[in-house]
Amino acid sequence: MRRATAAVLRKELRLELRTPQSVPAMALFSITTFVVFHFALQRSDISGDLASGVLWVTLLLGAMLGIARLFVADREEGGFDGFLLAPVDRTSLFVAKATALLAYLIAVQIVAVPAFVLLLLGPSPSNVGALIGLLALADLGIAIVGTLVGALAIQSRARDLLVPLIALPLLIPVLICAAKGTTPLLTDGGAHAVAARWPLTIALYDLVFGLVAYAVFDYLLED
Amino acid sequence: MRRYGERTALDGVSVSVPAGSSLVVFGPNGAGKSTLLRVLATLLAPHAGTTTVLGCALPREGWKVRGRVGLLGHEPLLYKDLSARENLRYHARLHDVRSERAEELLDQVGMWLRADEPIRELSRGMVQRVAACRAVLHDPELLLLDEPASNLDPAATAALEPLIGRSSGRTRVVTSHDPAGGLKDADLVLGLRAGKAELHGSAHDFDAAAIGALYA
Amino acid sequence: MYGKRLRALSIATAISIVTAFSLAFFYAPEDADQGFVQKIFYLHVPMAIVALCGFVFGGICAIAHLRTGDRRWDIRSYVAIHMALILGIGVLLTGSIWARAAWGHWWVWDEPTLVSFLIIFLLYACYQPLRFSIEDPEKQARYASVFAITCGAFVPLNFIAVRLAQAYTHPRVLGSTGNLPGPMRLTFLVSLLAMTLLYVTLWKYEMTAKNVHAQLRSLRRKLAPDEALTPGRRSAAPSLPSR
Repeated sequence: MRRATAAVLRKELRLELRTPQSVPAMALFSITTFVVFHFALQRSDISGDLASGVLWVTLLLGAMLGIARLFVADREEGGFDGFLLAPVDRTSLFVAKATALLAYLIAVQIVAVPAFVLLLLGPSPSNVGALIGLLALADLGIAIVGTLVGALAIQSRARDLLVPLIALPLLIPVLICAAKGTTPLLTDGGAHAVAARWPLTIALYDLVFGLVAYAVFDYLLED
Repeated sequence: MRRYGERTALDGVSVSVPAGSSLVVFGPNGAGKSTLLRVLATLLAPHAGTTTVLGCALPREGWKVRGRVGLLGHEPLLYKDLSARENLRYHARLHDVRSERAEELLDQVGMWLRADEPIRELSRGMVQRVAACRAVLHDPELLLLDEPASNLDPAATAALEPLIGRSSGRTRVVTSHDPAGGLKDADLVLGLRAGKAELHGSAHDFDAAAIGALYA
Repeated sequence: MYGKRLRALSIATAISIVTAFSLAFFYAPEDADQGFVQKIFYLHVPMAIVALCGFVFGGICAIAHLRTGDRRWDIRSYVAIHMALILGIGVLLTGSIWARAAWGHWWVWDEPTLVSFLIIFLLYACYQPLRFSIEDPEKQARYASVFAITCGAFVPLNFIAVRLAQAYTHPRVLGSTGNLPGPMRLTFLVSLLAMTLLYVTLWKYEMTAKNVHAQLRSLRRKLAPDEALTPGRRSAAPSLPSR
């Protein structure tokens, strides 16, 4: 299983590095969205819950782009069959794809979050470690649910439409907890602690959906 | 038996292929040839009846069969942006096969020099050669070939013969649209029309005209 | 198969609905703050509870479908979910009316149950488009089941998250039933029973209709096997596989 996961992951990353599709688009989208927000909100400087909201909405919408592209290459180039013929545990495809999506999200955020701080954020973020922690937990949830929804949508005719329609409501709990949790970190007045309930709830979400996805993914691959 | 919604794609097709021999399947388009191959490859599950591949009953024991069957279909199952070498290495890792084997096969089909170019830039014939390598990479006992010669010039077909042809010694199920050529290649023959078997038996019992009648 | 007991069930449903309405209108006391409009509570909350149970039931049927491969479980899941969705529309409408009457706004974010419901509704609204956009019926059934299971797991998580988000703002209006005084509690429970019976009856009716349809189709096919299926109204809705 690990061998297969590693093989698929290597292939994914190699494909993305060779013809970068997802990561640059997501990063560019994030920065563009920050600019859009500047004009839409008519502010140069935001903080607190407004900043938290803008950041997370942008990250989430950017993630939708990545999710939509996640299985496209496999679908178009018959990659599913190639994988299905191999004597490997089919869940390894899920793990590999989710890990790849996680990697893309992290790569994008390495660009997007500093851009956000530069372009829009008023106060400097107080507790960078906590921010990174929240980002990581939320990314895990987005990766798990995103891979599941991406695989679900890829077989339908309306796949571009379905991904955001299904994934966004599913990710609202993550959004709620991440936004609430990040708010004190982006407020003037320094190091408010992050209430424990927010990361804990995201962790619970990650656990539940991780298990659900693990149990259910096989059925998406059969023909 | 395999259904697609209300339509039955394959019904009551009954055939057994002894080890090492070649079964050639004829039939017009839509007759169910590709469906048959996909069922045998464990990609599709049969809805009714008994299907046994390499001694394992499908669909329950399909997982046992997977590493022992090779499929060369209409799709080459190669990623267009990766090179031939990278594609074969990926499949080698999936099947737990030494990557040197990929090199040997590339050499054997004459693709060694162009193994690092992306698949996108290769001609159809070359892609087919690489796809054939992929199909036999894990040394399968059973080969399933869907019109293998359809895009190849004679030189390429000759290059592939030891891999996927009669002389490879593997058990093969091949679909073909060429009555004369297909018959030469066959030990057993199966003719399908609209999902049902119309002809079935040893290759000696049929001639090209009988096969041609299937298409009428 | 589904027709048995349907008549008894329908009668029981009708009786309980009438009883619930009478109790709500005549028996239950008027709320001091909100007046007569508060009685919509007897419609809104049971609808919400039954709808949520319907979604979860749909998820359970979906699990059964994936484990057994029997398409009938998929149909059960489909019917459960789309009935729950219709009830969900009712929940949002009655909730909105109540909000308007009680607090003057057509929508309030303070009521976590209502907000959770909106999210769940938006999610399950994708169920039918998802089904209808996959053509292969078997694949459609399988993917729909995966969706139903995922969203079924989502329902409780969603509630937790939304509740947490509202914790500081507004004290919850919908207390637990333990806090209700006697007559209100009785009315509420009868309404809940009525709504549950209504849901189950409608579910059974639709299952029966699909069953009959499937039998009709297989009879028709036996009589004229070579004819193409009569075109009629082409519906993408899943149907029981004909024998």
